[in-house]
Amino acid sequence: MDLQTLQHIAQTERESHKPVRIRCCTAAGCASSGAEAVKKELDQAVANGHSDRVEVCSVGCMRFCGRGPLVSVDQAEGSTLYEQVTPDTAGTIVSALEGGPVTAPLGDWNHPFFAYQRPIVLENSGNINPERIEEYIAVGGYEQLYHCLMERTPEEVVSEVTRSGLRGRGGGGYPTGLKWATVAKMPGDQKYIVCNADEGDPGAFMDRSVLESDPHRVLEGMAIAAYAVGASHGYIYIRAEYPLAIAHLQKAIQQAKRLELMGSQIFGANFDFKVDIRVGAGAFVCGEETALIASVEGKRGNPRPRPPYPAQAGVWGCPTLINNVETYANIPAILREGGDWYASIGTENSKGTKVFALTGQVENAGLIEVPMGTTVRQIVEVMGGGVPKGGKVKAVQTGGPSGGCIPEHLLDTPVDYDSLRTLGTMMGSGGMIVMDTTTSMVEISRFYMDFCREESCGKCIPCRAGTVQMYALLGKILDRQATVADLEKLEFLANVVKDTSLCGLGMSAPNPILSTLRYFRPEYESLLREPAYLEVNGKH
Amino acid sequence: MPSPTTAPSTVSPASHPSGDKRFKRLDVTMKRLQYKADSLIEVLHAAQEAFGFLELDVLQYVARGLQLPLSRVYGVATFYHLFSLKPQGEHTCVVCLGTACYVKGAGKIVEDLENELHVKLGETTEDGKISLMSARCIGACGIAPAIVFDGDVAGKQDPQSALDHLKAW
Repeated sequence: MDLQTLQHIAQTERESHKPVRIRCCTAAGCASSGAEAVKKELDQAVANGHSDRVEVCSVGCMRFCGRGPLVSVDQAEGSTLYEQVTPDTAGTIVSALEGGPVTAPLGDWNHPFFAYQRPIVLENSGNINPERIEEYIAVGGYEQLYHCLMERTPEEVVSEVTRSGLRGRGGGGYPTGLKWATVAKMPGDQKYIVCNADEGDPGAFMDRSVLESDPHRVLEGMAIAAYAVGASHGYIYIRAEYPLAIAHLQKAIQQAKRLELMGSQIFGANFDFKVDIRVGAGAFVCGEETALIASVEGKRGNPRPRPPYPAQAGVWGCPTLINNVETYANIPAILREGGDWYASIGTENSKGTKVFALTGQVENAGLIEVPMGTTVRQIVEVMGGGVPKGGKVKAVQTGGPSGGCIPEHLLDTPVDYDSLRTLGTMMGSGGMIVMDTTTSMVEISRFYMDFCREESCGKCIPCRAGTVQMYALLGKILDRQATVADLEKLEFLANVVKDTSLCGLGMSAPNPILSTLRYFRPEYESLLREPAYLEVNGKH
Repeated sequence: MPSPTTAPSTVSPASHPSGDKRFKRLDVTMKRLQYKADSLIEVLHAAQEAFGFLELDVLQYVARGLQLPLSRVYGVATFYHLFSLKPQGEHTCVVCLGTACYVKGAGKIVEDLENELHVKLGETTEDGKISLMSARCIGACGIAPAIVFDGDVAGKQDPQSALDHLKAW
């Protein structure tokens, strides 16, 4: 494989496209709403006399998941979006091309949900067929890998990524360039690249969508990272709950190997790279990097103390670079447009864009990619349409079970790593859950604590025992059996667990409690019962 | 520094005395993965798929094949939520209890299903027909609340639609 062949494949693919292209989203969300049947109907309708001008393709996520199945008709004049398409209405989309009536509800590509987005990670999602490498190549895929291998040294690649200001998108926000530089400096012949696709935060599905819709992008990002740090073997650790993403990744790897874009001497350069998929088995803690490494090694997912950090000793004790799916997905664009371009988007300390999964009590649910610095209100009310049926936002939860909530009066906070931390929450992986005024914040705390309690690996006492006790205390509060002393105990315990747990799961499990106590303390207090001595004849 | 272990190529697990073909399939998987100890989780996935659940017999077979102590295999099998050491029902109904689904009423769905089937989450009905389980987010948050009926994800569910689906079984 060389640049000429690559560009030839791209050109052939572009020229093979027909004047009218009908894109049908078959990513997991729409697929579960019947998109496969819709695609079949579209195929049949087109085969009935339109196949010379019109083509139908399966594409990945078109982001407006709450309104799926989504179909877009692209012509020279522009694109028309249809939403909530059913097999009955699908055929009319094709007959509309000749002026016939269409019964599928019309969507709007200019809807605020789309209008304020800035797709970088999702630039190909919903536009290309994720099961065809040719379509990825046709939009410039693997060209950045070529340029890196042929025209840049590993150090230059690292410095470009550092210049971009990209920070880890898994939630930690650690400067990516710095991490790459650290691994690159490590001595040793064998280094590993790991992609953390164990998106365990309930309510987050950004990584799932990227892997289903643009798997080659992640593979190319990993290959570039491997070149930059001196690794030759990569693992993608992906949760078993994502079968479609796993299937698309497996296909993508096969296709890349077939075209010699993965394997040995890629593009004829002195660079070998291969990727293996490791499927998880339902353990949230395996999203923590040391637990993930243990799982890759076939063991129980118990974290271990750091240092040594994975950059120094990770998989099989070798220097390992671990990054999140979204972090790798930013890499091809950064190398293409330049680190300075990326740094021009976003805020002072949080560069680029972030993909959020906007769900919960919100009108427009789906994936939103916006520049850092966009306010939460903009996302939830303008793009998300606010709470349905005229309800009011009570709080927006970010960061999953490791995060906290942002009360309504603070929604004008810009989304960036540091401002969210000041509020007592965190960016997290991108799950953003809208809660309306019917939600009990104490119940939400207990819900999250139940989750952490179940997912605790059991290795360290603060987390193992602490989550159990905090859960019990929250239950006592909700049963109206708790006193002021119990509330104080809860708060004290939360801080102890936060400070003394071995890994991120334990350290952040108390966050929902601490966050809701900070902004919704009266709600907790209203559930307390009076201490016994005050109840004698109702007198003190 | 530890390195991936490879079993010597002269060792291969004897086929299971029961002659059960599923064990042969397991052999094929272990061989494809070169009997490496670190492929334990992959092998357990394959075993669960072939047998429906991981009974002691199967765990012992895997332990022998990968040359690992049974305690190690048992430890891994019991750590991960997806591995089941008990038989599943004929049909499985997995209610997603992720935050988005929870906020949109998954809790009520679970309550109603538990009452209807007379089981608690994680249990199988007495006639062995239906296993009611929960998942901690399957990533279908855009169509919350989501339920997985026998591997097929159904979105925007409510207690009634879930019950209808179960009645159809």
